[in-house]
Amino acid sequence: MAMFSQNPLLNGPNYSFSEAPKFNAPEGARQHRFDPYTDNGGSTLAIAGADFTIMAGDTRLTSGYSINSRFHPKVFKIGGTTSDQSDATLVLSVVGFAADGEALKERLDAICKMYRYRHGKPMSVKACAQRLSTILYQKRFFPYYAYAILGGLDEEGKGAVYSYDPVGSYEREQCRAGGAAASLIMPFLDNQVNFKNQFIPGSGEGHALQERERRPLTRQEVETLVKDAFDGAVERHIEVGDGLQMMIITKEGIEEVILPLKRD
Amino acid sequence: MDHRPQAWGRPRDDVYGAYDASYLNNSGPRTVTQSPVVTGTSVIAIKYKDGVVMAADNLASYGSLARFTDVKRLRTFLDTTVIGFGGDVSDMQFLDRHLKELATDESYEVEPTLDDEDDEESSSSKPGHLNAANLFKYLQKLMYQRRNSFDPLWNQILVAGLDSDSKPFLASVDLRGTSFTSPSLATGFGAALAQPIMRKYAGTEEDAAKLTREQAVEVVKECMKVLFYRDARSLDRYSIAVVNKDGIELKEDEQLEKQSWAFAERIKGYGTQTV
Repeated sequence: MAMFSQNPLLNGPNYSFSEAPKFNAPEGARQHRFDPYTDNGGSTLAIAGADFTIMAGDTRLTSGYSINSRFHPKVFKIGGTTSDQSDATLVLSVVGFAADGEALKERLDAICKMYRYRHGKPMSVKACAQRLSTILYQKRFFPYYAYAILGGLDEEGKGAVYSYDPVGSYEREQCRAGGAAASLIMPFLDNQVNFKNQFIPGSGEGHALQERERRPLTRQEVETLVKDAFDGAVERHIEVGDGLQMMIITKEGIEEVILPLKRD
Repeated sequence: MDHRPQAWGRPRDDVYGAYDASYLNNSGPRTVTQSPVVTGTSVIAIKYKDGVVMAADNLASYGSLARFTDVKRLRTFLDTTVIGFGGDVSDMQFLDRHLKELATDESYEVEPTLDDEDDEESSSSKPGHLNAANLFKYLQKLMYQRRNSFDPLWNQILVAGLDSDSKPFLASVDLRGTSFTSPSLATGFGAALAQPIMRKYAGTEEDAAKLTREQAVEVVKECMKVLFYRDARSLDRYSIAVVNKDGIELKEDEQLEKQSWAFAERIKGYGTQTV
Protein backbone atom coordinates (compact mmCIF):
# COMPACT_ATOMS: atom_id res chain seq x y z
CA MET A 1 0.00 0.00 0.00
CA ALA A 2 1.43 3.33 -1.00
CA MET A 3 1.95 5.34 2.18
CA PHE A 4 2.97 8.40 0.24
CA SER A 5 0.94 8.77 -2.91
CA GLN A 6 1.53 11.37 -5.63
CA ASN A 7 -1.58 13.17 -4.46
CA PRO A 8 -0.62 15.67 -1.73
CA LEU A 9 -4.15 15.60 -0.29
CA LEU A 10 -3.84 11.92 0.40
CA ASN A 11 -0.27 11.89 1.74
CA GLY A 12 0.21 9.72 4.76
CA PRO A 13 -1.83 6.58 5.42
CA ASN A 14 -4.43 6.35 2.68
CA TYR A 15 -8.14 5.66 2.88
CA SER A 16 -9.71 2.85 0.99
CA PHE A 17 -12.19 4.17 -1.57
CA SER A 18 -15.26 3.38 0.53
CA GLU A 19 -13.84 5.27 3.50
CA ALA A 20 -12.74 8.34 1.52
CA PRO A 21 -13.81 11.58 3.19
CA LYS A 22 -17.00 13.08 1.75
CA PHE A 23 -16.96 16.68 0.69
CA ASN A 24 -18.81 18.88 3.13
CA ALA A 25 -21.51 19.84 0.65
CA PRO A 26 -25.17 19.00 0.13
CA GLU A 27 -25.98 15.89 -1.88
CA GLY A 28 -25.65 16.53 -5.60
CA ALA A 29 -23.76 19.81 -5.14
CA ARG A 30 -20.42 19.85 -6.85
CA GLN A 31 -17.55 22.21 -6.27
CA HIS A 32 -17.08 24.49 -9.25
CA ARG A 33 -13.49 25.28 -10.11
CA PHE A 34 -12.18 27.65 -12.71
CA ASP A 35 -10.57 25.90 -15.64
CA PRO A 36 -8.33 28.36 -17.45
CA TYR A 37 -8.25 26.31 -20.68
CA THR A 38 -10.71 25.36 -23.41
CA ASP A 39 -10.27 23.74 -26.80
CA ASN A 40 -11.45 25.94 -29.64
CA GLY A 41 -11.01 23.25 -32.30
CA GLY A 42 -9.84 23.87 -35.85
CA SER A 43 -6.88 22.52 -37.71
CA THR A 44 -3.68 23.78 -39.32
CA LEU A 45 -1.29 22.46 -41.92
CA ALA A 46 2.13 23.45 -43.27
CA ILE A 47 4.12 22.06 -46.18
CA ALA A 48 7.61 23.14 -47.24
CA GLY A 49 8.49 23.08 -50.93
CA ALA A 50 11.82 23.58 -52.73
CA ASP A 51 11.48 27.38 -52.89
CA PHE A 52 8.21 28.07 -51.11
CA THR A 53 6.24 27.21 -47.98
CA ILE A 54 2.48 26.92 -47.69
CA MET A 55 0.81 27.47 -44.33
CA ALA A 56 -2.90 26.79 -44.03
CA GLY A 57 -5.68 26.64 -41.47
CA ASP A 58 -9.45 26.48 -41.36
CA THR A 59 -11.32 29.53 -40.06
CA ARG A 60 -13.89 27.95 -37.75
CA LEU A 61 -13.82 28.73 -34.01
CA THR A 62 -15.80 26.37 -31.80
CA SER A 63 -16.53 25.79 -28.15
CA GLY A 64 -18.13 22.43 -27.50
CA TYR A 65 -20.79 21.84 -30.13
CA SER A 66 -21.27 25.57 -30.86
CA ILE A 67 -19.68 27.46 -33.71
CA ASN A 68 -18.54 30.74 -32.20
CA SER A 69 -17.29 32.23 -35.45
CA ARG A 70 -17.07 31.12 -39.06
CA PHE A 71 -14.17 33.44 -39.77
CA HIS A 72 -11.44 33.47 -37.15
CA PRO A 73 -8.02 33.22 -38.87
CA LYS A 74 -5.36 30.96 -37.33
CA VAL A 75 -2.55 31.83 -39.74
CA PHE A 76 -0.67 35.10 -39.24
CA LYS A 77 2.09 37.09 -40.89
CA ILE A 78 4.75 37.82 -38.29
CA GLY A 79 7.33 40.57 -37.91
CA GLY A 80 6.32 43.12 -40.56
CA THR A 81 7.07 46.78 -39.92
CA THR A 82 3.50 47.99 -40.55
CA SER A 83 0.13 47.07 -39.06
CA ASP A 84 -0.96 45.36 -42.28
CA GLN A 85 2.23 43.20 -42.16
CA SER A 86 2.80 43.77 -45.90
CA ASP A 87 6.59 43.35 -45.61
CA ALA A 88 6.54 40.33 -43.29
CA THR A 89 8.70 37.31 -44.13
CA LEU A 90 7.48 34.79 -41.56
CA VAL A 91 4.15 33.07 -40.97
CA LEU A 92 2.88 31.56 -37.73
CA SER A 93 -0.12 29.29 -37.31
CA VAL A 94 -1.64 28.55 -33.92
CA VAL A 95 -4.38 26.12 -32.97
CA GLY A 96 -5.74 24.86 -29.67
CA PHE A 97 -6.85 27.37 -27.02
CA ALA A 98 -7.57 30.53 -29.02
CA ALA A 99 -6.80 33.10 -26.31
CA ASP A 100 -3.35 31.59 -25.67
CA GLY A 101 -2.80 31.33 -29.42
CA GLU A 102 -3.51 35.01 -29.88
CA ALA A 103 -1.31 36.01 -26.93
CA LEU A 104 1.51 33.85 -28.32
CA LYS A 105 1.17 35.35 -31.78
CA GLU A 106 1.23 38.91 -30.44
CA ARG A 107 4.31 38.26 -28.31
CA LEU A 108 6.25 36.66 -31.15
CA ASP A 109 5.19 39.46 -33.49
CA ALA A 110 6.38 42.12 -31.04
CA ILE A 111 9.71 40.34 -30.60
CA CYS A 112 10.26 40.00 -34.36
CA LYS A 113 9.43 43.69 -34.81
CA MET A 114 11.92 44.71 -32.10
CA TYR A 115 14.58 42.52 -33.72
CA ARG A 116 13.92 44.20 -37.05
CA TYR A 117 14.18 47.73 -35.64
CA ARG A 118 17.39 46.90 -33.77
CA HIS A 119 19.20 44.95 -36.48
CA GLY A 120 17.78 46.57 -39.61
CA LYS A 121 16.88 43.20 -41.14
CA PRO A 122 14.06 40.72 -40.71
CA MET A 123 14.59 37.78 -38.36
CA SER A 124 15.63 34.51 -40.03
CA VAL A 125 13.25 31.56 -39.67
CA LYS A 126 15.93 29.66 -37.78
CA ALA A 127 16.40 32.43 -35.21
CA CYS A 128 12.67 33.02 -34.87
CA ALA A 129 12.09 29.29 -34.46
CA GLN A 130 14.53 29.10 -31.54
CA ARG A 131 13.02 32.24 -29.96
CA LEU A 132 9.50 30.80 -30.23
CA SER A 133 10.64 27.65 -28.46
CA THR A 134 12.08 29.78 -25.65
CA ILE A 135 8.84 31.76 -25.32
CA LEU A 136 6.82 28.56 -25.03
CA TYR A 137 9.23 26.97 -22.54
CA GLN A 138 9.24 30.05 -20.33
CA LYS A 139 5.64 29.20 -19.57
CA ARG A 140 6.44 25.52 -18.97
CA PHE A 141 4.39 25.34 -15.77
CA PHE A 142 1.37 27.32 -17.04
CA PRO A 143 1.71 26.62 -20.74
CA TYR A 144 0.28 28.37 -23.76
CA TYR A 145 -2.15 25.63 -24.77
CA ALA A 146 -1.46 26.08 -28.46
CA TYR A 147 0.14 23.99 -31.17
CA ALA A 148 2.27 26.38 -33.19
CA ILE A 149 3.82 25.96 -36.62
CA LEU A 150 6.28 28.51 -37.97
CA GLY A 151 6.95 28.80 -41.70
CA GLY A 152 9.26 30.80 -43.93
CA LEU A 153 12.24 30.50 -46.25
CA ASP A 154 15.66 29.53 -44.84
CA GLU A 155 19.02 31.21 -45.60
CA GLU A 156 19.32 29.20 -48.84
CA GLY A 157 15.82 30.16 -49.95
CA LYS A 158 14.40 26.69 -49.31
CA GLY A 159 10.99 26.26 -47.71
CA ALA A 160 11.20 25.80 -43.93
CA VAL A 161 8.57 24.52 -41.52
CA TYR A 162 9.15 24.33 -37.76
CA SER A 163 6.54 22.60 -35.61
CA TYR A 164 6.06 22.86 -31.83
CA ASP A 165 4.30 21.28 -28.91
CA PRO A 166 2.72 23.56 -26.27
CA VAL A 167 5.82 23.58 -24.05
CA GLY A 168 8.37 24.39 -26.73
CA SER A 169 9.79 21.12 -28.10
CA TYR A 170 10.40 21.76 -31.77
CA GLU A 171 11.91 20.40 -34.96
CA ARG A 172 12.24 21.37 -38.59
CA GLU A 173 10.09 19.23 -40.85
CA GLN A 174 8.96 18.87 -44.44
CA CYS A 175 5.30 18.98 -43.45
CA ARG A 176 3.12 19.00 -40.35
CA ALA A 177 -0.57 19.05 -39.47
CA GLY A 178 -1.76 20.46 -36.16
CA GLY A 179 -4.94 20.72 -34.13
CA ALA A 180 -8.23 18.84 -34.03
CA ALA A 181 -7.85 16.99 -37.33
CA ALA A 182 -4.05 16.51 -37.13
CA SER A 183 -4.49 12.77 -36.73
CA LEU A 184 -6.64 12.68 -39.85
CA ILE A 185 -4.40 14.85 -42.03
CA MET A 186 -0.91 13.75 -40.95
CA PRO A 187 -1.05 10.18 -42.36
CA PHE A 188 -2.38 11.59 -45.63
CA LEU A 189 0.60 13.95 -45.73
CA ASP A 190 3.08 11.15 -44.94
CA ASN A 191 1.76 9.31 -47.94
CA GLN A 192 1.38 12.24 -50.36
CA VAL A 193 4.35 14.47 -49.43
CA ASN A 194 6.97 12.00 -48.19
CA PHE A 195 5.61 9.11 -50.34
CA LYS A 196 5.46 6.77 -47.32
CA ASN A 197 4.18 3.25 -48.12
CA GLN A 198 4.52 3.92 -51.81
CA PHE A 199 6.73 1.35 -53.53
CA ILE A 200 7.95 0.81 -57.05
CA PRO A 201 5.58 -1.77 -58.56
CA GLY A 202 7.15 -5.21 -59.07
CA SER A 203 10.39 -4.25 -57.29
CA GLY A 204 10.20 -7.27 -54.97
CA GLU A 205 8.48 -8.82 -52.01
CA GLY A 206 8.59 -7.71 -48.33
CA HIS A 207 11.89 -6.05 -47.44
CA ALA A 208 13.03 -6.22 -51.01
CA LEU A 209 10.37 -3.69 -52.02
CA GLN A 210 11.89 -0.45 -53.20
CA GLU A 211 10.48 2.83 -52.04
CA ARG A 212 9.20 5.31 -54.56
CA GLU A 213 11.82 8.00 -54.94
CA ARG A 214 11.00 11.30 -53.21
CA ARG A 215 10.83 14.47 -55.27
CA PRO A 216 9.99 18.03 -54.29
CA LEU A 217 6.37 18.95 -55.03
CA THR A 218 5.38 21.93 -57.14
CA ARG A 219 3.39 24.81 -55.71
CA GLN A 220 0.30 23.83 -57.69
CA GLU A 221 0.52 20.26 -56.38
CA VAL A 222 0.85 21.42 -52.79
CA GLU A 223 -2.09 23.84 -53.04
CA THR A 224 -4.28 21.00 -54.34
CA LEU A 225 -2.98 18.71 -51.59
CA VAL A 226 -3.85 21.25 -48.90
CA LYS A 227 -7.38 21.73 -50.23
CA ASP A 228 -7.90 17.94 -50.45
CA ALA A 229 -6.54 17.44 -46.92
CA PHE A 230 -8.98 19.98 -45.50
CA ASP A 231 -11.93 18.73 -47.56
CA GLY A 232 -11.25 15.32 -46.05
CA ALA A 233 -10.93 16.72 -42.52
CA VAL A 234 -14.16 18.73 -42.83
CA GLU A 235 -16.02 15.56 -43.80
CA ARG A 236 -14.81 13.62 -40.74
CA HIS A 237 -14.31 16.21 -38.01
CA ILE A 238 -17.05 18.47 -36.66
CA GLU A 239 -14.66 21.18 -35.42
CA VAL A 240 -13.21 21.82 -38.87
CA GLY A 241 -14.90 23.81 -41.63
CA ASP A 242 -16.28 27.16 -42.88
CA GLY A 243 -13.20 28.57 -44.61
CA LEU A 244 -9.67 27.64 -45.66
CA GLN A 245 -6.99 30.27 -45.22
CA MET A 246 -3.71 29.69 -47.07
CA MET A 247 -0.49 31.71 -46.97
CA ILE A 248 2.06 31.01 -49.69
CA ILE A 249 5.54 32.26 -48.80
CA THR A 250 7.91 32.78 -51.75
CA LYS A 251 10.91 35.05 -52.25
CA GLU A 252 8.52 37.57 -53.85
CA GLY A 253 6.54 37.85 -50.60
CA ILE A 254 3.51 36.31 -48.92
CA GLU A 255 0.33 35.60 -50.84
CA GLU A 256 -2.92 35.01 -48.98
CA VAL A 257 -5.74 32.88 -50.40
CA ILE A 258 -9.11 32.24 -48.76
CA LEU A 259 -11.29 29.44 -50.09
CA PRO A 260 -14.69 28.23 -48.92
CA LEU A 261 -15.10 24.96 -46.99
CA LYS A 262 -18.32 23.19 -46.05
CA ARG A 263 -20.21 25.10 -43.33
CA ASP A 264 -22.22 22.18 -41.91
CA MET B 1 -12.05 56.83 25.52
CA ASP B 2 -10.29 56.36 22.24
CA HIS B 3 -10.46 59.56 20.22
CA ARG B 4 -8.28 58.51 17.30
CA PRO B 5 -10.01 58.78 13.89
CA GLN B 6 -9.66 55.00 13.32
CA ALA B 7 -12.11 54.45 16.14
CA TRP B 8 -14.71 56.99 15.02
CA GLY B 9 -18.15 55.55 14.51
CA ARG B 10 -17.21 52.12 15.87
CA PRO B 11 -18.87 50.35 18.81
CA ARG B 12 -16.86 51.08 21.98
CA ASP B 13 -14.73 48.17 23.10
CA ASP B 14 -15.38 48.96 26.80
CA VAL B 15 -19.13 48.64 26.23
CA TYR B 16 -19.45 45.97 23.54
CA GLY B 17 -16.16 44.06 23.90
CA ALA B 18 -13.42 43.80 21.33
CA TYR B 19 -14.47 43.09 17.77
CA ASP B 20 -14.07 39.44 16.82
CA ALA B 21 -11.62 39.79 13.96
CA SER B 22 -11.90 36.13 13.04
CA TYR B 23 -14.97 37.06 10.96
CA LEU B 24 -12.69 39.02 8.66
CA ASN B 25 -10.98 35.76 7.75
CA ASN B 26 -7.64 37.42 7.20
CA SER B 27 -5.60 34.27 7.66
CA GLY B 28 -5.18 31.49 5.14
CA PRO B 29 -4.94 31.79 1.38
CA ARG B 30 -6.49 34.72 -0.47
CA THR B 31 -9.70 33.61 -2.14
CA VAL B 32 -11.08 34.84 -5.46
CA THR B 33 -14.31 34.35 -7.41
CA GLN B 34 -14.51 30.64 -8.12
CA SER B 35 -18.02 30.65 -9.51
CA PRO B 36 -20.60 33.22 -10.56
CA VAL B 37 -23.28 34.13 -7.99
CA VAL B 38 -25.85 36.63 -9.29
CA THR B 39 -25.99 36.08 -13.03
CA GLY B 40 -27.45 37.56 -16.17
CA THR B 41 -28.47 35.29 -19.03
CA SER B 42 -28.08 35.76 -22.83
CA VAL B 43 -26.94 38.86 -24.66
CA ILE B 44 -27.61 38.93 -28.41
CA ALA B 45 -26.42 41.27 -31.16
CA ILE B 46 -26.56 41.52 -34.93
CA LYS B 47 -24.85 43.80 -37.45
CA TYR B 48 -26.81 45.70 -40.10
CA LYS B 49 -25.69 47.93 -42.95
CA ASP B 50 -24.57 50.91 -40.91
CA GLY B 51 -24.49 49.75 -37.31
CA VAL B 52 -25.21 47.08 -34.74
CA VAL B 53 -28.33 46.16 -32.72
CA MET B 54 -27.88 44.56 -29.29
CA ALA B 55 -30.32 43.31 -26.65
CA ALA B 56 -30.36 41.68 -23.22
CA ASP B 57 -33.15 41.19 -20.70
CA ASN B 58 -33.29 43.06 -17.38
CA LEU B 59 -33.05 40.05 -15.07
CA ALA B 60 -30.30 39.16 -12.62
CA SER B 61 -30.81 35.64 -11.25
CA TYR B 62 -29.54 34.12 -8.02
CA GLY B 63 -29.37 30.50 -9.12
CA SER B 64 -32.94 29.71 -10.17
CA LEU B 65 -34.34 32.64 -8.18
CA ALA B 66 -35.32 35.68 -10.26
CA ARG B 67 -33.58 38.00 -7.78
CA PHE B 68 -33.33 41.46 -9.41
CA THR B 69 -35.78 42.30 -12.19
CA ASP B 70 -34.56 45.75 -13.18
CA VAL B 71 -30.87 45.32 -13.91
CA LYS B 72 -29.51 47.10 -16.97
CA ARG B 73 -27.05 44.75 -18.66
CA LEU B 74 -26.29 46.94 -21.67
CA ARG B 75 -23.82 49.71 -20.85
CA THR B 76 -22.53 52.50 -23.08
CA PHE B 77 -19.08 53.96 -23.46
CA LEU B 78 -18.44 57.52 -24.72
CA ASP B 79 -21.58 57.50 -26.92
CA THR B 80 -19.68 55.31 -29.38
CA THR B 81 -19.82 51.80 -27.96
CA VAL B 82 -22.40 49.47 -26.44
CA ILE B 83 -21.20 46.73 -24.11
CA GLY B 84 -23.48 43.82 -23.20
CA PHE B 85 -22.70 41.66 -20.18
CA GLY B 86 -23.67 38.04 -19.56
CA GLY B 87 -22.59 36.14 -16.46
CA ASP B 88 -21.75 37.50 -13.00
CA VAL B 89 -23.47 40.80 -12.23
CA SER B 90 -20.99 41.98 -9.58
CA ASP B 91 -18.14 41.51 -12.04
CA MET B 92 -20.20 43.50 -14.57
CA GLN B 93 -20.55 46.33 -12.07
CA PHE B 94 -16.82 46.25 -11.39
CA LEU B 95 -16.09 46.45 -15.11
CA ASP B 96 -18.65 49.21 -15.56
CA ARG B 97 -16.99 51.32 -12.82
CA HIS B 98 -13.65 50.68 -14.45
CA LEU B 99 -14.97 51.71 -17.87
CA LYS B 100 -16.59 54.89 -16.48
CA GLU B 101 -13.20 55.88 -15.08
CA LEU B 102 -11.60 55.14 -18.44
CA ALA B 103 -14.28 57.17 -20.24
CA THR B 104 -13.63 60.13 -17.96
CA ASP B 105 -9.89 59.99 -18.64
CA GLU B 106 -10.60 59.56 -22.33
CA SER B 107 -12.90 62.59 -22.47
CA TYR B 108 -10.01 64.83 -21.42
CA GLU B 109 -7.90 63.46 -24.27
CA VAL B 110 -9.10 65.89 -26.95
CA GLU B 111 -6.90 66.76 -29.88
CA PRO B 112 -5.85 70.41 -29.34
CA THR B 113 -6.29 71.51 -32.96
CA LEU B 114 -8.91 70.02 -35.21
CA ASP B 115 -9.31 71.21 -38.78
CA ASP B 116 -12.84 71.89 -39.94
CA GLU B 117 -12.58 69.00 -42.40
CA ASP B 118 -11.83 66.61 -39.56
CA ASP B 119 -15.06 67.56 -37.84
CA GLU B 120 -16.89 65.87 -40.70
CA GLU B 121 -15.47 62.57 -39.47
CA SER B 122 -17.64 60.35 -37.32
CA SER B 123 -17.11 60.61 -33.59
CA SER B 124 -15.85 57.02 -33.40
CA SER B 125 -12.68 57.80 -35.37
CA LYS B 126 -11.82 61.08 -33.68
CA PRO B 127 -8.22 61.03 -32.55
CA GLY B 128 -7.95 60.62 -28.80
CA HIS B 129 -11.25 58.78 -28.63
CA LEU B 130 -11.36 55.03 -28.22
CA ASN B 131 -13.67 53.43 -30.76
CA ALA B 132 -15.43 50.10 -30.24
CA ALA B 133 -12.55 48.09 -31.73
CA ASN B 134 -10.02 49.82 -29.47
CA LEU B 135 -12.16 49.33 -26.39
CA PHE B 136 -12.72 45.70 -27.27
CA LYS B 137 -8.98 45.06 -27.48
CA TYR B 138 -8.59 46.68 -24.07
CA LEU B 139 -11.31 44.48 -22.56
CA GLN B 140 -9.85 41.36 -24.17
CA LYS B 141 -6.43 42.07 -22.64
CA LEU B 142 -8.05 42.75 -19.26
CA MET B 143 -10.05 39.52 -19.29
CA TYR B 144 -7.01 37.49 -20.42
CA GLN B 145 -4.82 39.02 -17.74
CA ARG B 146 -7.39 38.16 -15.07
CA ARG B 147 -7.63 34.55 -16.25
CA ASN B 148 -3.81 34.34 -16.17
CA SER B 149 -3.86 35.37 -12.51
CA PHE B 150 -6.62 32.79 -11.80
CA ASP B 151 -8.95 35.59 -10.73
CA PRO B 152 -11.33 35.73 -13.69
CA LEU B 153 -14.12 38.20 -14.28
CA TRP B 154 -16.97 35.73 -14.77
CA ASN B 155 -18.58 37.32 -17.81
CA GLN B 156 -19.11 36.87 -21.48
CA ILE B 157 -19.09 40.30 -23.05
CA LEU B 158 -20.35 41.59 -26.41
CA VAL B 159 -18.91 44.87 -27.70
CA ALA B 160 -20.69 46.78 -30.49
CA GLY B 161 -19.93 50.03 -32.29
CA LEU B 162 -17.84 51.15 -35.23
CA ASP B 163 -14.21 50.32 -36.02
CA SER B 164 -11.49 52.73 -37.20
CA ASP B 165 -12.83 52.53 -40.79
CA SER B 166 -16.31 53.49 -39.49
CA LYS B 167 -17.58 50.01 -40.39
CA PRO B 168 -19.95 48.17 -38.02
CA PHE B 169 -17.99 46.30 -35.35
CA LEU B 170 -19.19 43.43 -33.19
CA ALA B 171 -17.01 41.14 -31.07
CA SER B 172 -17.14 38.89 -28.03
CA VAL B 173 -14.77 38.07 -25.19
CA ASP B 174 -15.28 35.60 -22.34
CA LEU B 175 -13.84 34.92 -18.88
CA ARG B 176 -10.81 33.14 -20.40
CA GLY B 177 -9.97 35.98 -22.74
CA THR B 178 -11.10 34.07 -25.83
CA SER B 179 -12.25 36.63 -28.37
CA PHE B 180 -13.93 36.43 -31.76
CA THR B 181 -16.11 38.37 -34.17
CA SER B 182 -19.05 37.40 -36.33
CA PRO B 183 -21.94 39.14 -38.18
CA SER B 184 -24.19 38.05 -35.31
CA LEU B 185 -23.25 36.97 -31.78
CA ALA B 186 -25.05 35.57 -28.76
CA THR B 187 -23.96 34.49 -25.28
CA GLY B 188 -25.31 31.72 -23.07
CA PHE B 189 -28.62 30.20 -24.13
CA GLY B 190 -28.72 32.68 -27.00
CA ALA B 191 -25.88 30.79 -28.69
CA ALA B 192 -28.21 27.81 -29.07
CA LEU B 193 -31.58 29.54 -29.53
CA ALA B 194 -31.02 33.00 -31.03
CA GLN B 195 -27.90 32.49 -33.14
CA PRO B 196 -29.57 30.11 -35.66
CA ILE B 197 -32.36 32.68 -36.21
CA MET B 198 -29.94 35.57 -36.60
CA ARG B 199 -27.74 33.56 -38.97
CA LYS B 200 -30.75 33.11 -41.28
CA TYR B 201 -30.66 36.87 -41.84
CA ALA B 202 -26.94 37.61 -41.43
CA GLY B 203 -25.03 34.43 -42.22
CA THR B 204 -22.15 36.35 -43.79
CA GLU B 205 -20.78 39.89 -43.58
CA GLU B 206 -22.27 40.55 -47.04
CA ASP B 207 -25.74 39.51 -45.88
CA ALA B 208 -25.41 41.68 -42.76
CA ALA B 209 -24.42 44.66 -44.93
CA LYS B 210 -27.77 44.34 -46.75
CA LEU B 211 -29.92 44.40 -43.59
CA THR B 212 -31.73 47.62 -42.73
CA ARG B 213 -31.98 48.93 -39.22
CA GLU B 214 -35.69 48.05 -39.04
CA GLN B 215 -35.02 44.48 -40.17
CA ALA B 216 -32.21 44.04 -37.64
CA VAL B 217 -34.35 45.35 -34.77
CA GLU B 218 -37.19 43.05 -35.87
CA VAL B 219 -34.87 40.00 -35.87
CA VAL B 220 -33.48 40.85 -32.43
CA LYS B 221 -36.99 41.29 -30.97
CA GLU B 222 -38.05 37.94 -32.43
CA CYS B 223 -34.96 36.33 -30.83
CA MET B 224 -35.72 37.89 -27.44
CA LYS B 225 -39.19 36.36 -27.69
CA VAL B 226 -37.83 32.89 -28.47
CA LEU B 227 -35.39 33.23 -25.57
CA PHE B 228 -38.19 34.17 -23.18
CA TYR B 229 -40.23 31.16 -24.34
CA ARG B 230 -37.48 28.64 -23.68
CA ASP B 231 -34.87 30.12 -21.30
CA ALA B 232 -36.14 29.66 -17.75
CA ARG B 233 -33.70 32.30 -16.45
CA SER B 234 -35.06 35.08 -18.64
CA LEU B 235 -37.52 37.95 -18.40
CA ASP B 236 -40.00 39.68 -20.75
CA ARG B 237 -38.55 43.11 -19.91
CA TYR B 238 -35.39 43.87 -21.81
CA SER B 239 -32.97 46.54 -23.02
CA ILE B 240 -32.27 47.13 -26.69
CA ALA B 241 -29.58 49.36 -28.17
CA VAL B 242 -28.84 50.54 -31.70
CA VAL B 243 -25.37 51.95 -32.34
CA ASN B 244 -24.27 53.66 -35.57
CA LYS B 245 -22.32 56.71 -36.68
CA ASP B 246 -24.95 59.03 -35.18
CA GLY B 247 -24.40 57.57 -31.72
CA ILE B 248 -26.34 55.21 -29.50
CA GLU B 249 -30.08 54.77 -29.06
CA LEU B 250 -30.60 52.80 -25.87
CA LYS B 251 -34.03 51.76 -24.60
CA GLU B 252 -33.80 50.11 -21.19
CA ASP B 253 -37.39 49.21 -20.37
CA GLU B 254 -38.90 47.41 -23.34
CA GLN B 255 -41.72 44.90 -23.02
CA LEU B 256 -41.86 41.75 -25.14
CA GLU B 257 -44.67 42.09 -27.72
CA LYS B 258 -46.98 39.69 -29.51
CA GLN B 259 -46.26 36.62 -27.41
CA SER B 260 -48.19 33.54 -28.39
CA TRP B 261 -48.00 29.93 -27.28
CA ALA B 262 -50.29 28.91 -30.16
CA PHE B 263 -47.43 26.99 -31.72
CA ALA B 264 -47.28 24.73 -28.67
CA GLU B 265 -50.34 22.64 -29.55
CA ARG B 266 -48.77 21.67 -32.87
CA ILE B 267 -45.69 20.22 -31.18
CA LYS B 268 -45.81 16.43 -31.19
CA GLY B 269 -42.97 14.18 -30.08
CA TYR B 270 -39.48 15.08 -31.14
CA GLY B 271 -39.26 17.24 -34.25
CA THR B 272 -40.15 14.97 -37.14
CA GLN B 273 -42.90 13.00 -35.45
CA THR B 274 -46.36 13.84 -36.90
CA VAL B 275 -48.84 11.58 -35.10
